[in-house]
Amino acid sequence: MAKIATAARNPAHAGKNVGGEGVALKVLEPASRMSLRARPDTIAALSKALGVTLPQKPKSSAAKAGRTALWLGPDEWLVIDEAGGDPVADCAGVKGLHSAVDVSHRNVAIAVTGPNAAATISSGCPQDLSLAAFPVGAASRTILGKVEIVVLRTGEDTFRVECWRSFSDYVWGFLSEAARDAG
Amino acid sequence: MAGSYRISGQGRLTPAKTARFTFDGKAMTGLAGDTVASALLANGVHLVGRSFKYHRPRGILSAGAEEPNALVTVSRDAARKTPNVRATVQELYDGLDVASQNRWPSLSFDVGAVNDLASPFFSAGFYYKTFMWPKAAWKNFYEPNIRSAAGLGIAPDQPDPDHYSSRYAHCEVLVLGGGASGLAAALAAAETGVRVIICDEQAEFGGALRFEKGAIIDGQDGWAWAQGVAAKLTAMDNVTLLSRTTAFGYYAQNFVGLTERVTDHLASPGREAPRERLWQVRAKRVVIATGAIERHMVFANNDRPGVMLASAARTYLNHYGVTVGRNVGVYTANDSAYAAAIDLKKAGIGIAAIVDLRDNPSGPLVDEARSLGIEVNHGRAVTSANGSQRIKSMTVQAKAGGAERTIAVDALLVSAGWTPSVHMFSQSRGKVAFDDATKRFLPGTYAQDCVSVGACSGSDSLEDSISQALEAGANAARDAGAKPGKGVSITVEGSEGWNGGMLGSGPGAGADTTVKAFIDFQNDVTAKDIRQAVREGMRSIEHVKRFTTNGMATDQGKTSNMHGLAIAAEALNKEIPEVGLTTFRAPYTPVTFGAIVNHSRHALFDPTRKTPTHAWAEGHGAVFEDVGQWKRAWYFPRAGEDMHAAVNRECVAVRKTAGLFDASTLGKIEVVGPDAAKFMELLYTNPWEKLEVGRCRYGIMLREDGFIYDDGVVGRLAQDRFHVTTTTGGAARVMNHMEDYLQTEFPELNVWLTSVSEQWAVIAVQGPNSRDIIEPLIEGIDMSDEAMPHMSVREGKICGVPTRLFRMSFTGDRGFEVNVPADYGRAVWEALWAEGQKHGACAYGTEAMHVLRAEKGYIIVGQDTDGTVTPNDAGLDWAVGKKKTDFVGIRGLTRPDLVAKGRRQLVGLKTRDPHVVLEEGAQIVENPKQAIPMKMIGHVTSSYWSENCGRSIAMALVAGGRDRIGETLYVPMPDKVIEVEVTGTVFFDEKGERLNG
Repeated sequence: MAKIATAARNPAHAGKNVGGEGVALKVLEPASRMSLRARPDTIAALSKALGVTLPQKPKSSAAKAGRTALWLGPDEWLVIDEAGGDPVADCAGVKGLHSAVDVSHRNVAIAVTGPNAAATISSGCPQDLSLAAFPVGAASRTILGKVEIVVLRTGEDTFRVECWRSFSDYVWGFLSEAARDAG
Repeated sequence: MAGSYRISGQGRLTPAKTARFTFDGKAMTGLAGDTVASALLANGVHLVGRSFKYHRPRGILSAGAEEPNALVTVSRDAARKTPNVRATVQELYDGLDVASQNRWPSLSFDVGAVNDLASPFFSAGFYYKTFMWPKAAWKNFYEPNIRSAAGLGIAPDQPDPDHYSSRYAHCEVLVLGGGASGLAAALAAAETGVRVIICDEQAEFGGALRFEKGAIIDGQDGWAWAQGVAAKLTAMDNVTLLSRTTAFGYYAQNFVGLTERVTDHLASPGREAPRERLWQVRAKRVVIATGAIERHMVFANNDRPGVMLASAARTYLNHYGVTVGRNVGVYTANDSAYAAAIDLKKAGIGIAAIVDLRDNPSGPLVDEARSLGIEVNHGRAVTSANGSQRIKSMTVQAKAGGAERTIAVDALLVSAGWTPSVHMFSQSRGKVAFDDATKRFLPGTYAQDCVSVGACSGSDSLEDSISQALEAGANAARDAGAKPGKGVSITVEGSEGWNGGMLGSGPGAGADTTVKAFIDFQNDVTAKDIRQAVREGMRSIEHVKRFTTNGMATDQGKTSNMHGLAIAAEALNKEIPEVGLTTFRAPYTPVTFGAIVNHSRHALFDPTRKTPTHAWAEGHGAVFEDVGQWKRAWYFPRAGEDMHAAVNRECVAVRKTAGLFDASTLGKIEVVGPDAAKFMELLYTNPWEKLEVGRCRYGIMLREDGFIYDDGVVGRLAQDRFHVTTTTGGAARVMNHMEDYLQTEFPELNVWLTSVSEQWAVIAVQGPNSRDIIEPLIEGIDMSDEAMPHMSVREGKICGVPTRLFRMSFTGDRGFEVNVPADYGRAVWEALWAEGQKHGACAYGTEAMHVLRAEKGYIIVGQDTDGTVTPNDAGLDWAVGKKKTDFVGIRGLTRPDLVAKGRRQLVGLKTRDPHVVLEEGAQIVENPKQAIPMKMIGHVTSSYWSENCGRSIAMALVAGGRDRIGETLYVPMPDKVIEVEVTGTVFFDEKGERLNG
């Protein structure tokens, strides 16, 4: 049998970036992502398997070695691995009650950076993004305009905005438009 | 000098900074900082518009947002044309084009003014009573004519080239209004360090200090103090100052909508700045400092141009350096109008007389007026303003009647007192309370975390207002979590009082008169209209309002509500609180559609969702159709093909060899957990416990009422893991439906749901050659019929990437659905396409998909079902687990009407003439010769030309349909009656042999 050629990966909006006044948008590299659901008594074992302590406080995240766990709900986390790991595989051996589903390709991530980053996102997101209410490491599943996003503050002036793949046209367009009026 | 009525040495504008503008084509000059109103007045123009109903000449009543009369159209260019702009609010810029409204052919000669002469026929409720017959005339004659005669400016007829922005904001303290009280409250809150937002509709902060010359604060003139405070607040990092920003709506949980006018005052706005910015603010505490609005006096012809609120005349003089006349009269029922007369007199303007309705006015202002030599007539009334396009004189008479005296004036300043602006408080669902002593409504019971300060709370002196505001600002910050600050102290050394006044009509406009004494200028409502409404049986103020339209114009009765209420109360012989105040609703002033819509235009109007293979389909000439937010390839026409030809070719090719179809939009839900099968049993009608790992099943989901909600193929990937598919349109709601039941009805189950709709791109390969196309690209899956029978699912690799390979068919032919991670969708599609080319496969779109499934009688939920169809109705009883004791909808299915005979059932229809294609939605009857309206016994749900069958095919819901198979029924159409035979729903390969063919 002839060797099968491996399919090329075509991420949405690969490499796109745009600059506004005091804000820049950039589509981030593909990452591994896992939607994790678990009962409280499995959290410790999952944390150990993942190498990141799953946060249990609303609007928070925990990160270690290129892997970030975002609290999305009382029993729900989004785990993003940018270091080439496979979080679903890491959870495979955990016995306690949980659900680990690979959603790596479901999301597209956009970095919003610069002194006007928060104002840009605030154009369509009702979350309070002030540093006091939304410090570095804060994370939330929320909305931007008409669509759902997950927003993670990775630095004082840096956010990671995640949305579903087919909504990325909209999110990119919205953020680009908002960046015009973020000054 | 920019305008002959500009008084040198008066006002705060810079004489050197001129701005040219045109009014109805006539070139004029104003000053930077002017409003359109002040610039027109500086040029001696009072007549600026015609009224709504009677086309009466109208002037400028106010100097602010309450303006009911001076509505103009301002234009930058043909597309940037804004009607109904209040001239008192629009800032002047060089090159501004202003036009008057509701007049033809010109402002001074207006044909529509004949309405004024005919006004006895246009009284309150006139439209309700008059244009009743003949009925058809309303639509064709009355309404179009009334609409063209009555009305305001004309809406622009070109797309709006400006863009609009939005911003969500959060703060501890939001201050509404930037007058003395608002500024003081903001200062007190801000010094604690919490986030403060303060907004004001004017270009500059200061509120009533714009005209209140007597205010001395912290040793400074009040206005200078206000600018100092604004500068101080601007310099603070924790404060956002928004000028030209109107708080228009107060919603639940201290959510307040503001519109900021960013460029309307600029001569050259540039392309980048938005015209307006919508702010949606969530505040822990709100301080309402919205001030008060002066009322006019109600007397005959009180709408003549030149009749103006006293505070407005003062504003034009003290802020803009403009006098509203040379020989000015004053008619008042309180002290504050005296200040206007005094300021004008001191500026060298003649004051003809002050007419004071009160019998014995006294106090320092009255004394000062007298000492300046102004004639003060007390216990007297102005019974009429005379003149047409401009007031020429006023008729004065003692309250008790007697001799009339006519005094020549070129402007008449009026003041009936001040109405606290409780709009925002009322919008917050606070209950107003009537203060009998001062005859006004004040904030009573609060419903939200807010507080009213200053004039809007009934405070009459600047000193009281500021100390109240300082306390409120500090308390608001403290209640929002701030540590106490050092405290702010402000010393008020000079202040003016605003108390007193009267409500309702004055002498000469009482119950026994028929004069036109206007209450609501914008809607042309007079005192006698209110009385007539009461005479005709209106008792509640809500009814009076709707019958007369009092307070229903764009100014929402800011100057008219209290007068209307007082006159209604008097006519009803009741106290004002018994008659009640109408509720204030958002918006406070009109808000543009642009601000509300902001970013949601063009591509951002709604998300457009595209699949990973969208670009490929585009490149291959696909025509797309909208399915919800998705763009789906509809058909792939080749050169010279129309839709019909393309669809026919695609349908034939799929059954002959194979076709590729993008099914990525299907909803996909991963159901994981030890109780996954148990959960599936509860959500679907089918049995799942015994479904083997690696096998699939077509599932039906019902609502509680027993009707079909969604359907789809479900694969069992592991004992505790299902891959569920839903319809494209149902994806989000099915997920919500499942989550809802899981959380509220079955929380004890150990199972979780994850949407993976967008994780997987889905490529359907259907047709006899489908396996041959896929197999060469597959690793780790045995695709033989023995190893992988129809309705099975395998995990392995395709093109070196992970796949969930389903063997399933929505065509009736052998078929597969290849699921791959979305980013690989394009490459795997292309690889399958290349393989497919070797077999003559086609790419097909949603239309061919629809035809192919209809040939097999497969339903589409939402097309062949409409929310009133049970599994039995749809012929899907086989999919309902007979031994099951529970699932969502099981009780609904036993309802008497759902098991009754004669329900509409899904059947096939074959037209007698095989070339006739029925119209979807067409009604079906038994006997086409019966009288109209005929008894309709069903309707066509799906209908196509089937090239594979060589004839038209259709499905329909028909009463007792399955018992009618073989019968002839009829489909009456506008031009003919179509004869159809009732058949089964399978038109092609009835035995189903092709699934393995």
